Amino acid sequence: MAFISSGYNPAKPMENRISDIGPRHFEEFYPEVIKKNKGKWTHHEILESGVLVHVSETGDEVYTVRCGGARLMGTAHINEICDIADKHCDGHLRFTTRNNIEFMVDSKDKVEPLMNDLKSRKFPGGSQKFPIGGTGAGITNIVHTQGWLHCHTPATDASGTVKATMDELFDDFQSMKLPAHLRVSMACCLNMCGAVHCSDIAILGYHRKPPMLDHEYLDKLCEIPLAVSSCPTAAIKPAKVTLANGEEVKSVAVKNERCMFCGNCYTMCPSMPLADTEGDGIVLMAGGKVSNRISDPKFSKVVVAFLPNDMPRWPSMTDAINKMVNAYSNGANKYERLGDWAERIGWEKFFEVCELDFTHHLIDDFRQQAYMSWRQSTNFKF
Amino acid sequence: MAKHETPLLDQLESGPWPSFVSDMKQQAEVRAKNEANVEFQIPQDCVDDLLGVLELSFKHGRTHWKHGGIVGVFGYGGGVIGRYCDQPKLFPGVEHFHTMRVNQPAGKYYTSEYLRQITKIWDMRGSGMTNMHGATGDIILLGTTTPQLEEVFYELTHNMNQDLGGSGSNLRTPADCLGSSRCEYSCYDTNALVHFLTNEFQDELHRPAFPYKFKFKLDGCPNGCVASIARSDMSFIGTWKDDIKIDQDAVNKYIECDAGYPANAGAHKDRDWGPFDIQKEVIGLCPTGCMKMNGKELEIDNSNCTRCMHCINTMPRALKIGDVRGCSILVGAKAPILDGAQMGSLLVPFIEVNPENDYEALTDVIENVWDWWMEEGKNRERLGELIMRQGFQKILEVTGIKAQPQHVAYPRTNPYIFWKEDEVEGGWERDVVEYRKHHLR
Repeated sequence: MAFISSGYNPAKPMENRISDIGPRHFEEFYPEVIKKNKGKWTHHEILESGVLVHVSETGDEVYTVRCGGARLMGTAHINEICDIADKHCDGHLRFTTRNNIEFMVDSKDKVEPLMNDLKSRKFPGGSQKFPIGGTGAGITNIVHTQGWLHCHTPATDASGTVKATMDELFDDFQSMKLPAHLRVSMACCLNMCGAVHCSDIAILGYHRKPPMLDHEYLDKLCEIPLAVSSCPTAAIKPAKVTLANGEEVKSVAVKNERCMFCGNCYTMCPSMPLADTEGDGIVLMAGGKVSNRISDPKFSKVVVAFLPNDMPRWPSMTDAINKMVNAYSNGANKYERLGDWAERIGWEKFFEVCELDFTHHLIDDFRQQAYMSWRQSTNFKF
Repeated sequence: MAKHETPLLDQLESGPWPSFVSDMKQQAEVRAKNEANVEFQIPQDCVDDLLGVLELSFKHGRTHWKHGGIVGVFGYGGGVIGRYCDQPKLFPGVEHFHTMRVNQPAGKYYTSEYLRQITKIWDMRGSGMTNMHGATGDIILLGTTTPQLEEVFYELTHNMNQDLGGSGSNLRTPADCLGSSRCEYSCYDTNALVHFLTNEFQDELHRPAFPYKFKFKLDGCPNGCVASIARSDMSFIGTWKDDIKIDQDAVNKYIECDAGYPANAGAHKDRDWGPFDIQKEVIGLCPTGCMKMNGKELEIDNSNCTRCMHCINTMPRALKIGDVRGCSILVGAKAPILDGAQMGSLLVPFIEVNPENDYEALTDVIENVWDWWMEEGKNRERLGELIMRQGFQKILEVTGIKAQPQHVAYPRTNPYIFWKEDEVEGGWERDVVEYRKHHLR
């Protein structure tokens, strides 16, 4: 493994340095039909699940075939995507915000060969490489975070929970039978790199044990004032601690009953790890949305306070998700998002029809805004 | 023969959804065979070790990655996230396994030529594993060693004319929906604006000078496909001020259930919801009740429309967005860390999106907001939290925007108004001696 230089000279880092050039210009990447018709599209139609046509005022059409995929992908897989784009799409493709891959062609006769090609590609383990779907009143790909694959703060895995969930919901990825579209999102800790807090269904990793304190190293690895100020509930204070060898060191003390398990202290101080086999697991949230359609955007609500990490397929999690999706599918009106449906029937009915337990954990007690969610009327259902 | 046994992960190879485990195994095998004769600059079996460490986490129920540490490329404070494995003896191939964020092009359009250039660099100088894409929008190159960071950066900038994205207390890589490039709903060219903002604020993107992270996201219309309203400190959502354009003939095609006019652009095709009913599905669901049929004519009282998009989404061939287009700016959205999640709050109801003058109206707002936040924001305080702490009035003041009823869902329910001295006639300086002449102690 001999070192091969790119041309960079570590002795003179500024020599020929290029910086602050930003991304490549998008027009380099537009397919011809997009370049020609940008801003001229008059309407679109979803022809079948995963297949869209957009029609331009010039009479041009662009057909898009949308495929799901794991956002974690190797270069071998990306090269295969490139092969498909070269073969069918003049070397163009795009990705969606929700990690789908879109292949675009400029005439209808090119759609079927493209779809057949995509459908024919499978991994040796049996899973599809490019399942077509993710449009309209169904479930599209799950946006998610890194999880145990590559992050230091997760309370669960991301790719694993997503694979387990999408296998269960696969039929709804490839069809459009739900009352409206249903967005599932996943974040493996409260930091929510994935910002799942406005999703129809959100899978969230959560810790339940306060941080352990690695007193021997804490003052060497951390800025104690930063660790103290990182705590949103002021549960951490500076402390002097005597180690087993009699040495007195500066460290911190944690008022455990104040801890809300957010992990912000661990982000600031590696000597305060929270991760725990039994303590960590899954929170499920539901009823959020970001679209302004019909009703305002809204936050997801916690509907399951905790489910254990049950690898590799998290069956209690997928069971609860299935119950919600089925109850929603059976109960909601056409165009009604999950959260709007829950509000219409009342959350007390939501728990009944979804067969989910309601526990005291689900009543908000965080800060003043908690009050807004308590029932302040006699308008409830038995 | 796999380097590590992965019995738990192996169970995620079955099922129809694309298996990330199969993908990783494929990548490990391609590296092992090395038919392309790549001169690997990091351990050839790093993907085997990545599978191994992930299997160990599946067994333990805990992560095996440590905090980042300070790594990066010279002169930048973002774009690279350090990552080290906490079991380096067991998995030496991923002992140092840093992330590089590559700034994605607007709209996430690519050519295969571009992507193959990326994969070639990353096969040689990294693990070959990526995320397409990270949650903020970048191409994520997942796993390389410290000496390779500058080499990858050099190759990206010199050979690909391509820069890194943001991380840390910087402007994060701005992201957009595909906008008018392929969507008839888009009220402005999101691709052009996101490209402009990314380039205009390169310094803010690469060099940490902010109290915390700052995200721009651009949605072309109120449908909000990139969720800017929920996850960006400053959200640009396309909108219009004039009337929804109506094609009455097309309206009647929908009413007649013409096959070329499926409701909701065909999004409900796989279930029989019965014939389309304009009264029930459009007029009855309009949140403001501003639509009605007058004989065969659909009428919209545009002055009462809130542009929620439902009717346009449902009858895209009959109803079109208006022509006086621009965007609304909302500020302060964030995920729950620390004081709870915040939705974006409306700061500018309508603003022009004008490339002719370099989007001057928008950059004025941005710079005023940043000046205030950089001056007043505490360490790790997001914009939304500063607005909560100092009040919405303060952000109106620093941006010079006049308060209007559009700014609130409803007016305040308490009378605790923080009157300023110059708002009260005669000011606050008074003479208590004079007062006491009329009011005995």
